Amino acid sequence: MTPELITFIFLALIAVASGLGMLFSRNAVYSAIYLIINFVTVAVFYLLLGGAFIAVSQVAVYAGAIMVLFLFVIMLLGADRLGESKTLAWQRPLAIILAIGLIAETLFVLFFQASDLVAVQTLPEGFGSPASVGNTLFREYLLPFEVTSVLLLVAMIGAIVLTRREKTQS
Amino acid sequence: MLPVTYYVGLSAVLFAIGALGVLIRRNAIIIFMSIELMLNAANLAFVAFAREYGALSGQIFVFFVMTVAAAEVAVGLALIVAIFRTKQSIDVDQMSSLKG
Amino acid sequence: MLLSETISNTPNFFYLAPWVVFFPVIGLLINIIFGGRFSEKVIGTVASVASGLTFVVAALMVLSLRAHPEGATIPLAEWITIGELQLDWAFRVDTLSVTMMMVVGGVGTLIHIYAIGYMHEDVQYKKDPKRYRRFFVFFNLFIAAMMILVSGDNYLMLFIGWEGVGLCSFLLIGFWYEMDTLARPSTANAMAAKKAFVTNRVGDFGFLIAGMMMFWTFKSVQFDNVFLAAEHIAENQPGIILAITLFMLLGVAGKSAQIPLYVWLPDAMAGPTPVSALIHAATMVTAGVYLVARSAPLYSLVPQAQGVVALVGGATALFAATIAVGQYDIKKVLAYSTISQLGFMVAAVGMGAFVAGMFHLVTHAFFKALLFLSAGSVILGVERGHHHAAHKHHRRGDHHGEADFDPGDMRNMGGMRKTMPVTFWLYVIGALALAGIFPLAGFWSKDEILAEATALNFTVYILLAVAAFFTAFYMGRQIWMVFFGQPKHEAAGHAEESPLVITVPLMILAALSILGGALNLPGVHTFTEWLEHTFEAFEVHVHVGEFNIIVAITSTILALVAIGLSWLLYGRRTVSRDQPDPLKRILGPIFVGMENKWWIDELYWAVILNPYVALARFTADVIDGRFWHDWFHDKVIAGTYQWLSKTFLDAWFDQRGIDGFANGLAQAVKELAQRLRGIQTGFVRNYALSVFIGVVVILGYLILQ
Repeated sequence: MTPELITFIFLALIAVASGLGMLFSRNAVYSAIYLIINFVTVAVFYLLLGGAFIAVSQVAVYAGAIMVLFLFVIMLLGADRLGESKTLAWQRPLAIILAIGLIAETLFVLFFQASDLVAVQTLPEGFGSPASVGNTLFREYLLPFEVTSVLLLVAMIGAIVLTRREKTQS
Repeated sequence: MLPVTYYVGLSAVLFAIGALGVLIRRNAIIIFMSIELMLNAANLAFVAFAREYGALSGQIFVFFVMTVAAAEVAVGLALIVAIFRTKQSIDVDQMSSLKG
Repeated sequence: MLLSETISNTPNFFYLAPWVVFFPVIGLLINIIFGGRFSEKVIGTVASVASGLTFVVAALMVLSLRAHPEGATIPLAEWITIGELQLDWAFRVDTLSVTMMMVVGGVGTLIHIYAIGYMHEDVQYKKDPKRYRRFFVFFNLFIAAMMILVSGDNYLMLFIGWEGVGLCSFLLIGFWYEMDTLARPSTANAMAAKKAFVTNRVGDFGFLIAGMMMFWTFKSVQFDNVFLAAEHIAENQPGIILAITLFMLLGVAGKSAQIPLYVWLPDAMAGPTPVSALIHAATMVTAGVYLVARSAPLYSLVPQAQGVVALVGGATALFAATIAVGQYDIKKVLAYSTISQLGFMVAAVGMGAFVAGMFHLVTHAFFKALLFLSAGSVILGVERGHHHAAHKHHRRGDHHGEADFDPGDMRNMGGMRKTMPVTFWLYVIGALALAGIFPLAGFWSKDEILAEATALNFTVYILLAVAAFFTAFYMGRQIWMVFFGQPKHEAAGHAEESPLVITVPLMILAALSILGGALNLPGVHTFTEWLEHTFEAFEVHVHVGEFNIIVAITSTILALVAIGLSWLLYGRRTVSRDQPDPLKRILGPIFVGMENKWWIDELYWAVILNPYVALARFTADVIDGRFWHDWFHDKVIAGTYQWLSKTFLDAWFDQRGIDGFANGLAQAVKELAQRLRGIQTGFVRNYALSVFIGVVVILGYLILQ
């Protein structure tokens, strides 16, 4: 039991627990808060894996921007709760069985068929630092980077168009 | 350094939880959050493999996934707002006009 | 020396030969496509120029042939290649074919020009000016077909032209198909056209048989191949050549109006006069003579066939001449005269006097075209006179005008010497040429035939000499009746002379009729030497007809006596319309026979046509109608079929089998769809579940694989 493993198990438990919390909360606001906890935990995993820049982005973009947007919409619509419904009651157990099946399959693959995965022991200097990520991004991935900027612009316009009220009604 | 399989296994568990959320919840916003969780699970796997091979491309990919997720959330939430305006509800089960 | 040098330096124009066909075709296409917008004069000019250009081409051929008398074969296209049969569309340029081209192009062009004026009045008279264009289209088509006939390099091409001119003949005889010659509503003209066509079919059948036998024997129908092999075949199988030549004679009898198939030609006069002149006097009917002359290498191998041909020609010459004596219609007389003269030609080529026959063909084309066209001018003049007279009556309120007035009946004419002086003189020149009076063209050509006949076949000479006597007689009779004495009808008295467009071509033809004899004067023999090149290529001996002074004097005396006799009977005093023909009193029943064409048409009706019609009725009504149609088709075939289709195919196979399958399929799909629609719940989560099941199952499959 190395300290590393202990840390991993501890964080993994938090991650799974917060995921399940998000899943089973009646109130959407709680779900959102559980998800934020989950994202922060994952950001810590990123740090452990040598992705400093990504970890910071994760906290800033996901836990910060995106989840705030979720909370904002939940508050705006006032639809934080939904009444109990009987539709598709039979789907729930089937879905749980399938999810367990999926996990079992993945673990089977990981531990019985891909167990020879050995990590690189010596990482390059400054692996995952903002400088190296920036270098790679602007050297090798310049075009996709620019395309994502267009994607964001399109998404922005789309969001505005979708939520705009028709002026002709008033 | 832990074997990368641990991280990938965790990623699979989180993914399954996200998928389960999509399948069993009726609240459109929570379904959306579950989708975000699934994306995160995938990102975790990416970063784990990037560490495994000592290649930065995996992290760059996560960066792009985050961008796409941000765009997706912006449009998706706008859609939910628009649906709520017409249906006064965000229960996906009420949107079943495609029933055969 | 100088002249011959010039000649041998003359460039050779043989390659232009196909244009004798192309020019008239271009002309008729222009008139078909653009003629609707042209005036009558332009239409006529286009057609005449097209025809005139063929004459120019023919003249160039003559020039080239003088330098290269051996001629040439100009291949245009490969036409048919089936097994051993290999046929090209090739043009044969030799002295014989070019002679025909000259006649067709030259006389044809003059008649085209004449027709510009004649048809103008004809369409006015028949009240259908729109048909003017059609006439010239047909006329150009005829020139094209006739050129194909004379220029073909094999018997099949010749046959194509042969049928083409037959078609044009049919179209033009029936040009006014909805009326008779007096423009009354009737099927008479159409019947005449049909008679010509059907009679020619009988002859064409003979020609076809001859052609097939030829192919069977020689494995070719190309002239050179046939003629070169003929001698060898004649030694081994003389019967074959005899059969071929005799079947060919049947074709000749059809096209050139010889016994027994001549009956169509008099009826063919139903066509407009230019048609009678061009097709039924000058060119098409001479195709048979051309065919025999072209096949000279075959005929000269079988003397029996030559004898038959000569006898047929001689008999026709005499027989038709007797009928011509008893006719009253100005064109009918000329028609029988044409048959008679064709008899002279056929007799000549039959005897082996090919040059004499061709010579007479050329001169006859000149003077018979002249006679027909002058007769047309006379008829037009009488029509004008009739119109004039009727107009006068009309003004006086006198409505007795005869609807049935026949402008072609010689009994209505008389005294037209004064009203139509130009036509009169032209007609006299034609008549004297035909009668064989020295020194006109007919004298030389007819005399050459007679002189040859004394040497080659004396029976035929007797027949022809008597026929020549009758020829002079009936031409004299016609002249006296039409142009001398007192007008026997108001219309003749008021007749008017024809315009220049009609008379100028006549004058040219008259000049040719006078001078045509110069082609082959005794002792000079230009024409004989000219044709020798073609005939001697296949070792056909060309008989150089020596001038026989006794024959010449005999026939001249005979002609003069005949003309004198006709003056005694018709010229001395006017025979009024109501009086019977003076000859009738003298000859009695013989003249009745001449008048009624020896009842040959009636004989054909009684012996061939009536039994044939009865047989046709029987087969149509009883065999086809009652047995085949009513019983066999309706009862047996249709009945069985209906029973089969109703009970078996319809009720059982179609309704139960095919419909059942189709309906059952539809029903099954419908029920399946009814059940499957439950899957489509409309819940998004449900669809996501399906995807998820798919993911888990496929992943499981990949792991276990």
